[in-house]
Parts: sequence; C-alpha cells; structure tokens
Amino acid sequence: MSPFSDALSIAASVRRGERSATEVLEEHLGRIAEREPEIHAFNLVTDGPARATAAAVDAAVAAGEDPGPLAGVPVAIKDNLCTRGVPTTCSSRILEGWRPPYDATVVQRLAAAGAVAVGKTNLDEFAMGSSTENSAFGPTRNPHDTSRVPGGSSGGSAAAVAAGFAPVSLGSDTGGSIRQPAALCGVVGVKPTYGLVSRLGLVAFGSSLDQVGPFAHTVADAALVCEVVGGHDPGDSTSLPGAFPSVSEHLSDGVAGLRVGIVTELMGEGVAPDVAARVRAAADALAGAGATVEEVSVPAVTFGLSAYYLVAPAEASSNLARYDGVRFGNRVDAATTGEMMTATRTAGFGDEVKRRIMLGTFVLSAGYYDAFYGTALKVRTLMRQDFDTAYESYDVLLSPTSPTTAFAFGAKTADPMTMYLNDICTIPTNLAGHAAMSVPFGTGDDGLPVGVQVLAPALGEVPMFRTAAVLEAAAHAEGGAA
Amino acid sequence: MAERITTDDVAKVAHLARLALTPDELETFTGQLAEILEHAEDIAALDLAAVEPMARPVPLVNVFRADEPGEPLDRDEVLACAPVAEDGQFRVPPVLGEAP
Amino acid sequence: MSFDHDAWEIVVGLEVHTELLTRTKLFSSAINEFGGEPNTHIDPLTLGLPGSLPVLNEQAVELAVRVGLALNCTVQRSVFARKNYFYPDLPKDYQISQFDLPICAEGSLELPNGKVVGIERAHLEEDTGKSTHVGGGGRIHDAQHSLVDYNRAGVPLLEIVGKPDLRSAEDARAYVAELRSVLVAVGASDGKLEEGSMRVDCNVSVRRRGDTELGTRCEIKNVNSLRSLGRAIEYEAARQVDLIEAGERVRQQTRHWNEDDGRTHTLRSKEEADDYRYFPEPDLVEVDPGPEWVERVRAALPMLPAARRHRLSQETGVPLERVALVVERGLDDLCLAAVGHGADPERTVTHAEHNLSDARAGELDPAHFAALVTMETGGELTATQAKTVLAEMVETGGAPAEIAAAKGFEAMDSGELEGIVDGLIAAHPDEWQRYCEGDGKITGFFVGGVMKATGGKADGKAVTALLQARKG
Repeated sequence: MSPFSDALSIAASVRRGERSATEVLEEHLGRIAEREPEIHAFNLVTDGPARATAAAVDAAVAAGEDPGPLAGVPVAIKDNLCTRGVPTTCSSRILEGWRPPYDATVVQRLAAAGAVAVGKTNLDEFAMGSSTENSAFGPTRNPHDTSRVPGGSSGGSAAAVAAGFAPVSLGSDTGGSIRQPAALCGVVGVKPTYGLVSRLGLVAFGSSLDQVGPFAHTVADAALVCEVVGGHDPGDSTSLPGAFPSVSEHLSDGVAGLRVGIVTELMGEGVAPDVAARVRAAADALAGAGATVEEVSVPAVTFGLSAYYLVAPAEASSNLARYDGVRFGNRVDAATTGEMMTATRTAGFGDEVKRRIMLGTFVLSAGYYDAFYGTALKVRTLMRQDFDTAYESYDVLLSPTSPTTAFAFGAKTADPMTMYLNDICTIPTNLAGHAAMSVPFGTGDDGLPVGVQVLAPALGEVPMFRTAAVLEAAAHAEGGAA
Repeated sequence: MAERITTDDVAKVAHLARLALTPDELETFTGQLAEILEHAEDIAALDLAAVEPMARPVPLVNVFRADEPGEPLDRDEVLACAPVAEDGQFRVPPVLGEAP
Repeated sequence: MSFDHDAWEIVVGLEVHTELLTRTKLFSSAINEFGGEPNTHIDPLTLGLPGSLPVLNEQAVELAVRVGLALNCTVQRSVFARKNYFYPDLPKDYQISQFDLPICAEGSLELPNGKVVGIERAHLEEDTGKSTHVGGGGRIHDAQHSLVDYNRAGVPLLEIVGKPDLRSAEDARAYVAELRSVLVAVGASDGKLEEGSMRVDCNVSVRRRGDTELGTRCEIKNVNSLRSLGRAIEYEAARQVDLIEAGERVRQQTRHWNEDDGRTHTLRSKEEADDYRYFPEPDLVEVDPGPEWVERVRAALPMLPAARRHRLSQETGVPLERVALVVERGLDDLCLAAVGHGADPERTVTHAEHNLSDARAGELDPAHFAALVTMETGGELTATQAKTVLAEMVETGGAPAEIAAAKGFEAMDSGELEGIVDGLIAAHPDEWQRYCEGDGKITGFFVGGVMKATGGKADGKAVTALLQARKG
C-alpha cells in the first residue's frame, strides 16, 4: 500500500477545512525538493503558480464556497498538455520555451475542480517511446529502482505519483503510454475509451489513438480524475456525447457474476513467466470474488504491433509537420524558408521522432498507401471485430500490461524493434478505441511492480473499474498477508 | 508486400519530411525502417478484401459547431512566441517556389 | 499570338475556388472577413498551434449543399482528408480538404447560350494565409524575406471542379460568369474575383478538330478577372498550337498568368514532385447531410439563373438568347410583374434589355413600368419619349404619367381634344362637308389643324378616330 495520502482523502480534509491546500502543497513540494534531483519526473515545477492556486482554494474554503471535488489536490501534468503561459515542451528541443496561449480542456477542468498543478512532467519526445529515455531533457528514473526506467512515454507522470510528488497526474496513451509506465512504477493508470476525454490541447501524436487519462495510487482516485476531466467537449469533434460514465459509485459493486476472459495471445511468447504468473494470480483473485474466469482467444491482437507501427507514425508524420520554425518554437536560420524548415526540424527532433516521421511519410507516400496504411486500417477493423466477439461472452478481459517489469537504462535503446515489443499488450486497445487500465498486482521475481491490465469494450468503464477495485483490494490483502 | 526499403527511398522521404540526414544516419535509419516494415509483413498475408478500413474509432457523424465568432487570440501573446516577428506578422527567409 | 481556330479546337476545364460567406472559419471560430489588421483573425487552429483541433462549421456545409443542389450535383456522405505539404502560409503544413469522397459530385451548369457543362465535384477545404514578399520589388523570387499573415488561413473554400467540356475562351468566360451568378444567387459567395473571393485555375489543352483524344493540358493559375481568363486561355492555346506545329510536345505543367505581359510562364519548378500523402483526417468525423437536410435546402433554394431565363422566355415569348442579359441584371421578376399588369411582353423585355442598365432599375415599381410600356404601345408616348421617361423613373421613382406631363409629353385629355376638333369642324364647314363625303385627302387638314392647336401633343390616331365618330 502506498505510503502517501490519496487524492480523495486530501480533497475531503481540505473541503472540511481540516487541512489547508497550502499545507498539502508544501508537503508535496518538500518531497519534490528532496527526491526530484534523483528522479527527474518534471521538466518544470511550477511552485510559484501552485502556491497561488492553493491559496485561492484555501480562500474559497474560508469563504464557504465549494472548492471542487479535487480541492487542494496536487496534480502533475504531462508536458504534452497545453498550459497557458507555462512552457509546454513535449520534451523536445523544437518546442523548448514555447508558452501556449491556451489551456487544454483537461487542464481547465482540473483547475475548475480545485486541483493544484505542481508541474509539467517528463516524457519521451512527443510521447514516442516506452522508457522516457527519448526525452531531450534527460530520462526519468523509476522511483522503485533508479537504475531502471519508469516506462513511457508518460514516465514522468507515473514516477511523480510513485514518488509521492503528487497523488494524481495526467498522462496520454497512444499505444500504452499511460498503462505501461503505471505498471512499471506500481501505480494505477487508465486509458479511457477513445472519445471520452477531450484531446483539445493535447499535443497530437497519433490522433486516432491518443487519449488522456490519469495516474493514481488508488483505483478510486483514478475514477474521480476520469470523471472530472472526462465528458463531452464541443471543441473536440471526436468527443463522445455525455458525461464520463459514473464509475466511482460502482467501485464497491464487486465482480460477482462478472465474466472475465484471459487473453491467450497475450500470455505466451515474449511475456516473462513471473509477470504471467501475476496475471493468473489476479484471475484467481477475481474468481475467488465470484467472477467467472476463462481463457479466450482474440486472434487479431497478434497483428497489433504491425498495424500500430504503420498507423501511429503515419498520423505523427502529418501532426509533426507544423514544427517548421515559422510560427512558434525554435528556428535554425537559413538562406531560404525551405532550408530553414529542414535545418530547424533536423536540429529540433531526436532520432526516435525522426524515425517515426520518416516511417509515416513512407507508408503514406504514393504507391505504398494501400499496401501499408490502407492495410493497417483494415487490421483495426479486424481488431475491433475480434474484441467485439470476445466481449459477447466476457465483460472484461485480462492480460499483463507490460511483458516485463522495469528494465535497465539502455537495455532496449540499440534496436527500435526491441523497444516497440514492450507495447504488444497495450497497443490493441488503442487500435480498437476501447478502454483499458493497469492495476498494480504485486511484484515480479526482481521485486519490482507488476501491472495487470483490465481491458473493456468501448464505454465499458464501469465493469473495468469494478474489476480493478477488486484487484486492488486483493493486492492489498496479499501484500498485508506477505 | 513491397520490396525492401532502400536508402534512396529513405532519402526521398527525409526530403519530403524536411529532414536532413548524414550518410551514416541514412544507412542506420534505412536498416531500422526495413526491420520495422519487415515485421509488418505479417498483416500483408491477411485476406482483408472484405474488411472495411477504420480511419477513426468513434461512431460519430455530422459533428458541427455553430457559425458564431469566438474570442480571438491576442496577437502580441502569440507573436511573443514566434521565432521572428515583424509588423504584426511572422517573418521568414525568402520563399523559393510557389505553393503547390 | 493567334492560331487557326478552324483547324484547332481548344479544350478547357476550370477549377473554381470560392470563399464561402460564413461569419467564421471552416474549422474554428475566428472570423471570416476580408482584410483586417494582419494576424487578428486568429485562434489556436488558425495558427496550427500544437494541441489545436478542428470542428466543422455547420453553415459552411449548408452553403456547400446549396451550391451542390444549384449545380445539380448529388450531395453525398463525405470525408475530410489531409493534404500534406510544407509551405509557410499553410499553418499546419497540411491542408484539410476532401479527397476521394467530396460532399458534391456529378452535376452540371447550363450556360446562357444553352450549352451544358459537366461538374465533376465540389468539395470543402480550408484557405491558406498570405505572404508578403519584402524587398526585390515584391516579387517572390527576389524578396529578401517574407511576412506571413494568417487572417485568411482557414477561411472556408468550396472548390468546384468543372469537366473539360468548354471549347472556347468565350465559353469559359460565360461559365465563370454563370457560376458566379449561381453562387451569388444562393448566398454562398460575394462573387468578387478581384478580391480573390473567387479564384480560377484553368486546364487548357488543344487538339486538331476531329480528334477525339484530349491533348496534354497545362494548368494556368493567377487569373483574376473574366477579361484575363479569356486572354490567358487564348494565349495558352496559341502557345500550345505553336509548339505542336513546330513538332514539339506540350509538357504537362503549371503555368502562371502574367497580366502585365499577357503571357503564361512556367512556375519555378517545385522542390519535389507532388506527393501529398492524403489520408483520412482523424480529427474530424464523416459528414452526411442526408435526405432530410438536402430536401430542406432544395425547397428553400431561390430560382436560379437558367430557370429564370427559361421562365422569362416562355412567359414573354422572347427567345432564350435575348433574355440572358435581363436575367443577369436581375430584372426578370420586374418584367414579369409588369407583364402581369398588362404591359406588352416584347416591349417590356426590350426596355429591360436596352434601357435599364442602371443598377437601381430593379427598384422600379412594376405597375409604373407597366404603365409606361402601355403609354408607349397606346401611342401616348413615342419610343424616344418612353426611354427618356423610363430613365427619369429609375432616377426619381416617379410615375410615368407625371414625368411625361412634366416633360410636356402629355397626351391630350379626350374632352379637350373633342372641343378642339368640334371647334375646327364648326370653323370649316366646307372642309367638313368634303370629309363627310369621303374625301380622304382632307383628313390631313383636320389632323394638322389639331396638331397646330395643341402644339403637337395630340395623338394622330385619336384625332382620326374622333373625326370618324363625328361623321357618324
């Protein structure tokens, strides 16, 4: 169990006037001062504005106003979410120093709920990576073992929560970028159904895959943050109508009668035996709580990686075209605009970003579209169909979040394909546009956290959170027993 | 599927993407892209003739906004973040060639 | 430059980009307005800022549907796509356009001369910003640097792609003029070529008469008026004929019309071959107006120029080719109303065609217009007098009888005329006797006498009729 206070307890005590938001903030800033030099979770700690926000929350409480459901809760925000007037870098040289003139919808909603933003967290450049080693500003270290990566791309947000810098944080998940670092850092991470959380102000990587979601110590905190930041946004054309499903009220419903399927294809080759064992232990816990648990085949998931590494780079190649040195960000000057654009982009992007831009440009280019991009879009349909078939018989599915526990720095940087294989369990959900979350469930043979992934169909958040809550309780009971 | 990607292909896409590569980088990237594309060969073998492509995951259609003006951005705030600004505009080096 | 039009045929297809008359941009709430201080019509999307997202303006779709129906197109389910290319006036370095599924497909436009031109498609897309080239006399290639203003970026455009059905520069001009009339009639565009709210790209090729294969075409850009459209096509066709007659080949390329020297020029070659890497825009969903929307728009469409020409021709009996100008001036409703008030159709249309070029003519009171035509056909006004009175009517909005009276064109009051005739008869009993005996030659004596007495205001026919009546 986490040694740090959770967001719900903080908000409750601040709302009741038992603790001030300022006091809560200072406690967290103290931990940041102590451990951030070692962890490097943040690109920027916004202690000044955070103190002003906390003071405003305290004033609201004193004035008898409703300070919001996240009153005084420190939050860390992935540095690919726009924050007005506050540098937003995507951990890229090309955007260093850029101050957006507007807030992302999710940032606005956090502020309106009384949350206190403490800083912008590190990530793999433009969210491309699985270890946060691709940050232009240096890697983030895993708070459980600083010789290991925190996962990625939202490694900073995961580490910030794990290290107690903030009880909750926001990340973005295009192919596993919330769930995988959540698993490696031993925290809860949620990728909601595509369209449930606004993408307005999220710097785009793969637009049809990107989704914002929370990191938290507890399933209940994650549920609350989803409800606060989620729901329809008229500024995002792909935003689903209505509010985020009311998951908080179902957290204690249990799993009795729920049908759970373990995805066969995600339990075999490439998955470390100790990790697979934890998933089976999780399945046993669910069965013990009254769920029906069986193995189920979802054949298309084996094609996830191939489809993903065509779709995501294609969209990225277009999304990242705007970094051309004309309107914002950094410029490397040259004799002509064309040369200036090339010089700017060549100096401004790191190798992984360049690799994906070129891959995406190639698969969209004349003569290759049908063979690559067109085929990948059909595989997405196949993916959804196979999942839909499984969800006819099962309410949620179960798999590892990451095939291994946290790995050492440099272990997978030599060969891009080795790094990409980290995401085999998380990618299928993004391709289908479905929901999934990672719940800490004990440790592997190396003593590092293991995450179990709960997958659900589109808008299947209620059974997903119910399952996660039972797993959380089982993990605590197990940990307590150990 | 397609033939193995060549350094010429990569040089071409690098130019399309406005990236300059050193000869060493060109070799390295070509090898890496080839490996990734080779991995993608598995989906080329699938029979997908009867499968519709899925370009976006939401089942929405006709999402509109009303034709009503909103608050414009403050020009000074925006130009303060521009690499080079002049007379309320974004300044760039000479532009060669017309827009396509 | 010229060529033998009897031996060679020009083939022209036009792509017309029109800015749509919305209040805001295609995908964001920044205002859509010509001009303005640079970079003041901006929001995150207009500047392509990281994290910005497009949301489609419903009114732009409404206007596209109107134009589509006005051009007899099928309005269909459509998808936005990204067209990727780097250019400083393109804020996202891709343009959101429509590619394989445009909102309007397969239509036609009937020209005033009765020819029907096919419309391949019409699709929505966003406009680009504008660059000003500083130094080097403002020419792009000699500039020291450029300044970019994004006020125009994101303005909704409808690109209307015509089929290569046009066979002369004159037809091409007629097509653009007719298209402009349609766009203005449905409220989609202000039709201002000079301000760039309509922009025309011409695809021109030539072939020997009798050939069925199309020749290699060149695309001509920067045509900013109907006049330059005709000149550019004639020039380009002649250039191509010269090439072929000299045994050379026409190369497919984009050329720039230069108004000053009256020639087309090759654009400096692009930095790369076109490879726009189109793919479906993931930030937008499909647009499908559907039958209900389409039928609502169809029912509310105003009558279009071609229908107006047919109606005016049918209801007045005036041949189709003569009514085009009247419809173009928007005077067909006035003419039909005047005819409804009993005016002679032929004279009514003739006046509208020849004597109503004034922009205020449309405000004429149809009853007044009818009265004027009837005064003329009834002999109270000569043709010359009628033209003068009509001009005054347009100027002042006055009634024709009053204007005619004020100008001294007034016909005699019948009582007054009778008095004069009776007095003349009484004063000349011998002459009256001869008239009554049937001496036709003496009629002129009495008519002339009445004219003298009235200062020429009397209507000769009325006098003759009166004399007949007195004779009994």
